[in-house]
Amino acid sequence: MKSICFYFQVHQPFRLKPYRFFDIGRNHSYFDDIQNAWICRRVADKCYIPTNKLMLDLIKENNGAFRISYSISGTALDQFEKFTPDVIDSFRTLAETGCVEFMAETYTHSLASLKSKQEFIDQVKIHSRKIESLFGVKPKVFRNTELIYSDEIGDMVADMGYTAQITEGAKHILGWRNSNHAYSHPERKNLKLLLKNFQLSDDIAFRFSQHTWPGFPLTADKYVDWLNEIENPECINLFMDYETFGEHQWKETGIFEFLKHLPSRVFSHSNFSFNTPSELVQNLNPVGEMHVPTPISWADEERDLTAWLGNDLQDDAFNQIYEFEDKIRKIDDLNFWIDWRYLQTSDHFYYMCTKWFSDGDVHKYFNHYDSPYEAYMNYANVLSDLRIRLDDALIVSHLPTMEQTKKDLVRKESIIEAPISKIK
Amino acid sequence: MRILMFGWEYPPHITGGLGTACFGLTKAMVTQGDEVIFIVPKAYGDESTEAARIVSASDIVVDFSKDFYKEYWNNLSYIEVNSTLVPYVGVDDFYNVINNRFKKEEKTTLLESQRKYEFSGKYGPSLLEEVERYAMIAAEIAQQYEYDIIHAHDWLTYKAGVIAKKISNKKLVIHVHATEFDRSGEHINQAVYDIERYGMDNADHIVCVSDLTRNIVISRYGQDPNKVTTIYNGANSLFLNEVRADKAVKEKIVTFLGRVTFQKGPDYFVEAAAKVLEYDKNVRFVMAGSGDMLNRMVALVAKKRISKNFHFTGFLKGDEVNRMFAMSDVYVMPSVSEPFGISPLEAMNARVPVIISKQSGVSEVLKYAIKVDFWDIDAMANAIYSLLNYPALSKMFIKKGKKEVESIRWEDSANELRNLYYKLLS
Repeated sequence: MKSICFYFQVHQPFRLKPYRFFDIGRNHSYFDDIQNAWICRRVADKCYIPTNKLMLDLIKENNGAFRISYSISGTALDQFEKFTPDVIDSFRTLAETGCVEFMAETYTHSLASLKSKQEFIDQVKIHSRKIESLFGVKPKVFRNTELIYSDEIGDMVADMGYTAQITEGAKHILGWRNSNHAYSHPERKNLKLLLKNFQLSDDIAFRFSQHTWPGFPLTADKYVDWLNEIENPECINLFMDYETFGEHQWKETGIFEFLKHLPSRVFSHSNFSFNTPSELVQNLNPVGEMHVPTPISWADEERDLTAWLGNDLQDDAFNQIYEFEDKIRKIDDLNFWIDWRYLQTSDHFYYMCTKWFSDGDVHKYFNHYDSPYEAYMNYANVLSDLRIRLDDALIVSHLPTMEQTKKDLVRKESIIEAPISKIK
Repeated sequence: MRILMFGWEYPPHITGGLGTACFGLTKAMVTQGDEVIFIVPKAYGDESTEAARIVSASDIVVDFSKDFYKEYWNNLSYIEVNSTLVPYVGVDDFYNVINNRFKKEEKTTLLESQRKYEFSGKYGPSLLEEVERYAMIAAEIAQQYEYDIIHAHDWLTYKAGVIAKKISNKKLVIHVHATEFDRSGEHINQAVYDIERYGMDNADHIVCVSDLTRNIVISRYGQDPNKVTTIYNGANSLFLNEVRADKAVKEKIVTFLGRVTFQKGPDYFVEAAAKVLEYDKNVRFVMAGSGDMLNRMVALVAKKRISKNFHFTGFLKGDEVNRMFAMSDVYVMPSVSEPFGISPLEAMNARVPVIISKQSGVSEVLKYAIKVDFWDIDAMANAIYSLLNYPALSKMFIKKGKKEVESIRWEDSANELRNLYYKLLS
């Protein structure tokens, strides 16, 4: 069996509004509804709506043989519901075909897996519930934020009952092996690992419109030729941002034409089939174990975490947001939970990266801040306000009730009495 | 290569960035094997000679009986320069300006057949006159020395450069460290502008200290973009020795250090200070320097009722600058127009985090600095607050900033300049 597995990442963060220190203690709304709504509408019109429609057409045309999968972050879903409900509807229509799989992830596209097991598990749970309520299917395969994975994370994911996780086919992990087979966690043998074929994925996601790339211009014919050249593959995992279609690669580049012709070309000129991750999990046996002692991701040349963590600004912000956890858990006011979770979204830390001072137009593209410092200052100001609010709320909720006061008094008395009873 | 350079000041007798830049550049050039003959209007004898051979124009004997000079001098008209429009007037210069008003007699004795001219080398009201005389003496110098190319720093020396070029037939590079628009905003001194334009029109190539300046030279002086190249200043010369902080107050200190004049944007600093103090009283703001806007700033601070936390030091020199940096927790340069701006580099070297305006040339080269628009006092106040309250941010700036300034090297500037020379000469 030879499968092509398409997985598309759909994500939008709740971007912060410019939040100055004058706002601390006064203004408790942190997120830039106007900008977020504007971006959602724009990406919906350029990508989500037209691409979903094309996908639906392709599924119908091929009588269900064209199958794809998505992972949609909770922050994206929340924004679609708020700003662009038509996007939710079009994903629902896709879900109804039965040819589309939705995967599990953390609700707010967070890095909780690196910091708090409790929060990680909670976020995966509420995301799964959200997907089920919107699309009527419970996710079976897990994908972590930015495909971040390590043995430790795999362990937690297996504990939650998932049978597979998808991640990057990082060269430094694979060594002489390749990503065209399924692997397993070294100890949790039931957890299968599906790895991104970064060469063929990035040919579409990044290089498609690059005039200097030898493969340019990329056509469905050429791409299928490349697929046929691969020796003994079981699965070719093509993982990419969904915004590749129409947003990163504009309509004018011909990306939609490429996509439109790909399935029929695959069927007519190769013996590949299209399958979803769950189908791969059922059909494939792992060819080996994959050891990942330090976390990998799908970002940059390094395939590590340095886009989000590592410089002092990022580390400080990251530590601070999770320092709130104990306090937040004592509070049942949902507003705190929402703010705290939206602030965990990995993008906030990505904006603070200083790695691409020298290169990186890709990164500037996703960044509405002028500099990493601005991103950090804004975030730190927001955290200052959240901290004040939280402390105030805790003081109120911890004011002793009359009954408690009485009990405390009794306890004190018993302490005072203690020495006497000892003497007795 | 042998370069004949015209400048106006040289360490230790400097009043601003020009002398510092000339020293850094020539030192790097000489280290790399070039020979630099550096002409200043007046040498005091204690100039650093490690970087260049310093020649004082005051020591050059000129035969004024030559027709050339007679003609030149007759065509010359004097324009007195209003001292407030003159760059880099420090406190001591100001007294000289006053004194000079009473001794103008040199002018009348000029047409003796052979004499030397004693330049003040300062920026007094007879500045334009000195500029002209300096140019005449340049003609003499141009014949006395052997060199491959001529290089003139800033408008005061452009005429000298052009005359030297005409006499020697060598190529002329002029180096724009600032333009009249940086010094005076839109209210330019036409005479100064004319000299700048004359220098640029007659130069074979124009070097600017930033793209900001390059754009001004192209758009406001009508120069061909192909003739104008940006070569950034270095930072690794003349760094102050590190001084241990001897802060006597417990509050954090935020510093403005520079001339208190329109183009340095001192008023924006005061406005931002008032914003910060509204929320955080544990900060002291210091305005170090003097200038024609100082009184207005004192009045503004009083009007804002922030004088309890806002202090003026007057003009600081030498080691005092050093100590000021050592006491500072944040340095702000809110310049309205700054061709380059060396002081933030000095601050970073002294481990002080800096906030600089986007309207400064140095913002084109610095990464570890917070950049704001000079008019955006909200952003400026926010940056000040953040640096004072979020240690992760200030620590990063202190650590990385020091490294960054050390990497901005005059040697690289000198290399670029030499490549430019070769291109012009080939």
